[in-house]
Amino acid sequence: MYIYVTIIRLPLITLQRPIRPSLRCLTTSQFTFPTAKKLKLCQAMKIFSSLLLASLVTTCSAFVPLNQVLNATPIKTRGRFAALKMVSRAEKENPYMEELKANARKIGGRGRGILASDESNATTGKRLEAVGVENTEENRRKWRELLYTAPGLGQYISGAIMFDETLYQKTAEGKPFVDVLAEQNIIPGIKVDTGLQNMFGTDGETATQGLDGLGDRCKAYYKQGARFAKWRAVLKVDDRDLPSEKAIWENAHALARYAAIAQENGLVPIVEPEVTLGPGAYSIERTAFISERVNSIVMNWLNRYDVVLDAILLKPNMILPGLDAPIASKEEVAKYTVQVMKRSIPPAVPSIHFLSGGMGEEEATLNLQQLQKEYPDAPWSLTFSYGRALQSSTLKTWSGKQENWKAAQDILVKLAQANSQAQLGQFVEGTHPDGKNAPVFISILRFVLGGCMRLISRQAVEVDVSIAQRKKSQKRPRCK
Amino acid sequence: MVDRRTILRCQISSSSPVFTRGPTMSTASPSSAPQAPASSHGLEAYHLHLMEAAKLAAQLTQHQKNALETIANQMARPGRGLLAADESVPTLGKRLVAAGLVNDEETRRAYREVLFSHPDLGEYLSGAILFSETLGQKAVKDAEGRLFPALLQSKGVLPGVKVDLGLEPLEYSARETHTKGMNDLMERCQEFYAQGARFAKWRAVIRIDEAANLPTRACMQINSAELARYAATCQACGLVPIVEPEILIEGAHSAETFARVTEAALSEVYYTLAQAKVFLEGTLLKPQMIMPGVDSPSEGRPRPEEAARRTLEALRRRVPPAVPGVVFLSGGQTEEQATQNLNLINQLAKRPASPFRPSSTTCPWILSFSFGRSLQASVLATWDGKDKNYEKAMEVAGALAKANAQAQLGEYQGPHPSVLKGQSLHETNRGWGANAGEGGGKGESTAGATATVPPSGETAA
Repeated sequence: MYIYVTIIRLPLITLQRPIRPSLRCLTTSQFTFPTAKKLKLCQAMKIFSSLLLASLVTTCSAFVPLNQVLNATPIKTRGRFAALKMVSRAEKENPYMEELKANARKIGGRGRGILASDESNATTGKRLEAVGVENTEENRRKWRELLYTAPGLGQYISGAIMFDETLYQKTAEGKPFVDVLAEQNIIPGIKVDTGLQNMFGTDGETATQGLDGLGDRCKAYYKQGARFAKWRAVLKVDDRDLPSEKAIWENAHALARYAAIAQENGLVPIVEPEVTLGPGAYSIERTAFISERVNSIVMNWLNRYDVVLDAILLKPNMILPGLDAPIASKEEVAKYTVQVMKRSIPPAVPSIHFLSGGMGEEEATLNLQQLQKEYPDAPWSLTFSYGRALQSSTLKTWSGKQENWKAAQDILVKLAQANSQAQLGQFVEGTHPDGKNAPVFISILRFVLGGCMRLISRQAVEVDVSIAQRKKSQKRPRCK
Repeated sequence: MVDRRTILRCQISSSSPVFTRGPTMSTASPSSAPQAPASSHGLEAYHLHLMEAAKLAAQLTQHQKNALETIANQMARPGRGLLAADESVPTLGKRLVAAGLVNDEETRRAYREVLFSHPDLGEYLSGAILFSETLGQKAVKDAEGRLFPALLQSKGVLPGVKVDLGLEPLEYSARETHTKGMNDLMERCQEFYAQGARFAKWRAVIRIDEAANLPTRACMQINSAELARYAATCQACGLVPIVEPEILIEGAHSAETFARVTEAALSEVYYTLAQAKVFLEGTLLKPQMIMPGVDSPSEGRPRPEEAARRTLEALRRRVPPAVPGVVFLSGGQTEEQATQNLNLINQLAKRPASPFRPSSTTCPWILSFSFGRSLQASVLATWDGKDKNYEKAMEVAGALAKANAQAQLGEYQGPHPSVLKGQSLHETNRGWGANAGEGGGKGESTAGATATVPPSGETAA
């Protein structure tokens, strides 16, 4: 293992460094490009020096445990690029700080997003049962194995959020999922909240629980291999009273406290203040107003808890009107979403991963692409953290049958690729692999009926949402 | 070391007003004119300022917002900055008297005329902040005898105005201040707009003193609330507000402490502006560059590059991208230091946010200057009150503006046109007792004084 790392990996790493200009270039006023001979000489020098380094490290590595070698992030303290002396005590005394910032940057890299496969056992069960698969641990394990072993997924996915159970599971051959993901160059993440809890005296609003013992759980998750965490705070919105002050402050405080604890224990916190898409005819301006308020309150609380913004990720909702309001075009959605983000999120946050909540698969992809067009030189990466938008077609294709395994993985990778292209602004409309695309003559028909199809998918979501809300609020069902 | 406990010592309980009514609710609620609270800087005043600000901000129409955004983008352009020539009568008087001149209206008028007369000023400045008196004064040497606002407009320089009336100590913290001028702000802003001003400035001051546990959160909160109300009022009158939470460099604190306080103050300011729903795209920020205190020991001083990186880091962590421009104040740096620091900041800001996304910006706001003393000290020294020095002084003014405009683009190269070499421009207790007509303390004035220890040491920049 040591030999693999030092002889093969390290030289490759050194070869990827950019060419340093020769000293002569510093003294002349113009930069002279090296000749072909000089380039070959440079290459030879690099290979030689990397072999020398490899041999040195081989002798030293016998005395240094492997995980220290892999995890060591040497901090430069002198010179031009020295790390600044940290500003707050929380930042200064945190040994994970550089690693957190590096991981956050890596997850928000260009053309990649997060796969949110962290549904709890109950929610996963509902989804599995909808395609006729029994909700057992083995089936959940199989479903997640399908997702994580999809070949080539790492090209489009930079992080995968897991549920507590999944983090400790293995493939059928006995390989832990964290290793599978590491091989795919996907960083494993973990959902650390323990669910929503109704706030008494509100109109069905929730607080998120999970702060007790969070520190110890984060330590255990880090040890198992997780490098980022997720906490979902849900806020309801309507035309008049929601969300209430109580709900906003409770959720903002919990998010900030969770983020501080996660950073303390080496996990990059995904801060998710979700203003959930709900029933009602509230306008897109209302969602924008509320989202802006919520984001600014959340940011203020993060600052008060000395959470380092360079080492968090944000997972907000896209700005959409209510389920009963007319569907907004992707240009409108992008305009309001970018406006809200510009007004409330400082540039230090490395990337913003939008959630798909309530949008259809193709809609989510197209909206994501429109965001890139709306704000091409954004200081934060505008990317995705999709759960349903990547998984529902996959699950339908698999349906629990072993013979559909390959096809389902195929669909997943195609969906991830579509969203990755959208993140790069290169997605071609009409090529979405959600099974709804067809040859040209049907696509013309589809263009005409495009609105109807979106309405249908919205209705399905609305039924889901309204059933869930009816259960929660225990009101009389609305007559439709 | 300022830790959280000390900053939170005087924390106001943070229950915010109820603003859940969004744009769908009618904003016309029957309300009498706001009653002035018993104290102008307690908890009651904080909430009153926020409520008034939210009311005004909600009434802003899209047309007004577009106009404000246009002006703000005009002020924050690449290669341009602002000249802060808005010293109040006593503050300017101190400097004139130190230069051996009389502090009367004609001298002040003539001095400002020197500053504004350069023909190419519009290529280096996008705006100039004036004192209220100056708005009504005439440029005598001008062929058409125009008033200063018209003269500046003709050069393409937007005229602005200082709308606050100086500092006042807080009741519960004698060494900290809040800013006066809120009572008749609406009327004065409307009058300034009629006189030709297109943007406004309000200076809130925060003091650091680790031994005395300053700043208190209460001070930061009341100043933020005042800034929010001032911003909403100006926007309602068509003026773009420059939000200036100045953190004084007086003291012996390190650059690290300064950065921490800057981050806390900016967090409070932008949170309060968001609570009041101020239209951020039509505002500018005017912060202090991060540097160690003037009395801090010279051994542990960071190099200018480190200070520039800290400044960028603090701004990136707190200032939303909706703000079009961040214009730095010079606050006692020498002219050369201010230019070189600005140059360094802009060079560092040119790098993309991530090596994998070359089109991403590290800083989505323009980083420019709004210098007062650092654009004027040499001019005053050259002019010296004598008409025969008029041309030369005007050239110096233009050269200083040009140097800083180049620094905004990151392309400044020496030599600096300053005629004062390495003299400190620092004045303690600037702005206190503006109406009383008497400086609040010992002011170390500029031109003619012998060199005192400059803020960043001899090895600066």
